[in-house]
Amino acid sequence: MEFFTISLLNGVSYGLLLFMLSSGLTLIFSMMGVLNFAHASFYMLGAYFAYSTTQLVGYWPALFLAPLLVAVLGASFEKFCLRRVHKFGHVPELLITFGLSFLIVEMVQLVWGTSSVDYRVPAELSGPLFTIFGTQFPTYRGFMMLVALSMLLSIWLLLTRTRIGLIIQAALTHPDMAQALGHNVPRVFMLVFGGGAALAGLAGVIGGNAFVTEPGMAATVGSVIFVVVVVGGMGSLSGAFVASLLIGIIQTFAVGVDSSLMSVASTLGLQITPQTFGFALWKLKISQIAPILPYLFLVLILIFRPKGLLGTREG
Amino acid sequence: MYALELKDLRKTFGKTDIIRGVNLAVTQGERVAVIGPNGAGKSTLFNLISGRFAPTSGEVLLNGQRIEGKKPYEINRLGLSRSFQITNIFPNLSVFENLRCGVLWSLGYRYTFFKFLANLDDANERTEQLMHKIKLERKRDVLALNLTYAEQRALEVGITIAGGANVILLDEPTAGMSRSETQRFIELITEVTEGKTLLTVEHDMDVVFGLAHKIAVVVYGEVIAFDTPDKIRANARVQEAYLGAQAESAQTEKGD
Amino acid sequence: MSLHQKSQPHKVSRTVVWASFAVILLLAPLLFTSSLSHTMLSQMGIAIIVCLSYNILLGQGGMLSFGHAVYSGMGGFLAIHTLNLVSDGKLPLPVSLIPIVGGFSALLIAVVLGWVTTKKSATPFAMITLGIGELVWSMSLMFPEFFGGEGGISGDRVTGSKPFGITFGPQIQIYYLIAIYTFICTAAMFAFTRTPLGRMLNAVRDNAERVEFVGFDPRRVRYLSFIIAAFFAGISGGLAALNFEIATSEVVSGARSGAYLLFTFLGGGAFFFGPIIGAVLMVLAFVLLSELTKAWLLYLGLVFLFMVMFAPGGIASLIAMNLRVAAFGRLRELWANYLVLAVTSVIVLLGAAGMIEMTYHLKLNEALGPKLVYLGMSLDAKGTSSWVGCALVMLVGLVSFELARRRFIKKWSAIQEFIATEIQRREAM
Repeated sequence: MEFFTISLLNGVSYGLLLFMLSSGLTLIFSMMGVLNFAHASFYMLGAYFAYSTTQLVGYWPALFLAPLLVAVLGASFEKFCLRRVHKFGHVPELLITFGLSFLIVEMVQLVWGTSSVDYRVPAELSGPLFTIFGTQFPTYRGFMMLVALSMLLSIWLLLTRTRIGLIIQAALTHPDMAQALGHNVPRVFMLVFGGGAALAGLAGVIGGNAFVTEPGMAATVGSVIFVVVVVGGMGSLSGAFVASLLIGIIQTFAVGVDSSLMSVASTLGLQITPQTFGFALWKLKISQIAPILPYLFLVLILIFRPKGLLGTREG
Repeated sequence: MYALELKDLRKTFGKTDIIRGVNLAVTQGERVAVIGPNGAGKSTLFNLISGRFAPTSGEVLLNGQRIEGKKPYEINRLGLSRSFQITNIFPNLSVFENLRCGVLWSLGYRYTFFKFLANLDDANERTEQLMHKIKLERKRDVLALNLTYAEQRALEVGITIAGGANVILLDEPTAGMSRSETQRFIELITEVTEGKTLLTVEHDMDVVFGLAHKIAVVVYGEVIAFDTPDKIRANARVQEAYLGAQAESAQTEKGD
Repeated sequence: MSLHQKSQPHKVSRTVVWASFAVILLLAPLLFTSSLSHTMLSQMGIAIIVCLSYNILLGQGGMLSFGHAVYSGMGGFLAIHTLNLVSDGKLPLPVSLIPIVGGFSALLIAVVLGWVTTKKSATPFAMITLGIGELVWSMSLMFPEFFGGEGGISGDRVTGSKPFGITFGPQIQIYYLIAIYTFICTAAMFAFTRTPLGRMLNAVRDNAERVEFVGFDPRRVRYLSFIIAAFFAGISGGLAALNFEIATSEVVSGARSGAYLLFTFLGGGAFFFGPIIGAVLMVLAFVLLSELTKAWLLYLGLVFLFMVMFAPGGIASLIAMNLRVAAFGRLRELWANYLVLAVTSVIVLLGAAGMIEMTYHLKLNEALGPKLVYLGMSLDAKGTSSWVGCALVMLVGLVSFELARRRFIKKWSAIQEFIATEIQRREAM
């Protein structure tokens, strides 16, 4: 029971982190038709910037400074590079964000080295928040969920209740019309791209010390959020939300399960021996196959529901 | 048996009814102009017939066979072909290649990769003839994206008729053309659709009255009239749809 | 630069081109005789096949795949296992046919995975290939029996029957095997571009919707092409397995897929020979450039970025544009401009590279102290004079490059206009 609750809570916090990332990705994609391959790299940058800023001025300023830095970087990239490539079509757009992600990894390794850095949870937030069924639930995880939820709430409010949000929504589906009405659509694009980057950066600030901060973190989480976006349905924020939570929870559960597929099968009455076909697969522990679960999910969705869970458009 | 028949065709997008029960029967070899105010649903109708969208309800019959809900390529293989209002060609292929792509399936060349295009004599001959028909033989190897607008529209029609389909749908073929270009283009269309069943969405009334055997008037997702041009001209409902109720009352006042 | 050009580059007799290709493959190891050259030539042959196969997807089909290494890698793994079966005497298959086993294994995997992958197009397709690539790569760490864990699976290519006394022991022998496969595969993939399926693949790239309305199912076209691309990738993987006598999980990694993408794009996707250029560059970069400087990945990334922004057609398109200008007899006017552009960009490069090298030196060679040797000069990475010097060089280079570029653009535009009017004139005749 305790395993269930703790895993559920951890899974939800991880899922919310995934949603912070995939929502920014979805917004940029819906708005500009560009799939930002470098989105997970912004996440990584957020974590690294937070690490360095924390060393200089402490964690709490870093919470605001790091995403800001990432936003500036993202906006500049949009203005100077991405915009130039827009006229060549979607493939070059994707390629340039791919190129950016490549460069960011190199730069990060150059500045901070190739091994992980010791980006720690601040003392005020470490320790247990509460104890449930004999296991402690870390304060920091609760903090993560708080930040994620409040960020997403403010984004939702921004988009639906403010003027700039309405303009963004309009530019989302009818950029030419919005521009004809006098709005500076290129500037809106730059803001959205920068905003998405900031969101990813913020996720990095709060996620980098909960998980590990190293040059490979972009690649690991990057492919998962792409899976989230496809599984949820391209361009659907609610789909991304559901998919993020689902994948976050399932993966967290799986990592904690030490029994092998073999033992699961035996509870179902199947006898698995070394002679059984595919024994190499059966003897795997569920925790070992946890990394591939999102991708298996992707394949299943593509077979049975290609539109995605809540997708509306045929990608 | 009609070449094309629509039975109580309906299409709803979300909560909006775009096509509200269209009935139409087109005889083989007839040339029908589809006219109506903007937003009436003419392009949507074409999309429903050609398989771009599936209807919400109703039937589409091609030579007696039900085709509603089928995929565009299935419908095309059964002998119906369409052109697009916004030019839909293959920009990075030459004129010749564009046309040949339209020809391949009808000659039985499927997804084969064991034959060379250069050796497909029947396909190449048919493509040459087609090129001459649409008068683009001078631009044989020019990339489609480098053609003028009128030439691209001609290519658009060329690809449409390439497969030898018997029922042709042309969606505003002369859109954006000058008077003289339109004139020449209509001659071209008449020539290349000789003997075929043609449905064309048009706004230019001269074109409509000169080209069509029959006119179908679409208003608010319904066909309010389907008759010969003269009868349509005199049709009160059509006048009302285009000119408003005042015109009708003005005419009754005059004692028309 | 506008792409107002015909669908074929400057016409050179087909037979001459193919004959030269064969001759180059034949004579290359005799011209470059060091063992390093032979290793590199072998790798180039392997790379040419895989980049051409990747371009079936990218350049011909408009399909951006981030997981092509799955097919070349799985081809490699199955080839190495087959090789071991041959060594154990369980399979009487000549070593020279093992790459074909790689090809067919990749084909079968593509039949299964490709069906799922090609369900979507464009951006979702790219993401699916990424997901499946990660799936396979993660699985490679889960099944050490098949993938060999950390050490991979090794084999011995000097095994089995030895026709005409050829053991494939010496590098030169394996090179010629690779060369034969390279020639045949290149010819086969070129032939593909001239078949109905190949042409319809181009049509799908240009306008998938229109393809539906001329009777073809674009999904089917993509699926079949995907399988064909995987087949050739598998052959390449099989050749690599023979060449290196090992297959590790790296061969199915995302990094490798990324390399295929980067270099095929660099070479140029719109022309058939583009990926060949890309493949050669790939081997040169991985083998030579990586030895020259620790910052090679950074340089690669920057080059890639610039190419996407300023020359998305790749090197092949740059060559083709200039061949077209030459066909109209106006190329000789540009020699001086090109020279100046080259010199100024080298100056920029020298300055920028100096700073980059100093940065890398500070980070990675801390123990060696702040001094480093750069192009025969001694730089002090902690001294301001070195930094100022490099920055100045770069600045001077940038300014002169920009000036040269503007003059070049003026001349280039004038020539393009001339060509356009010339074409119209010829058409009117």
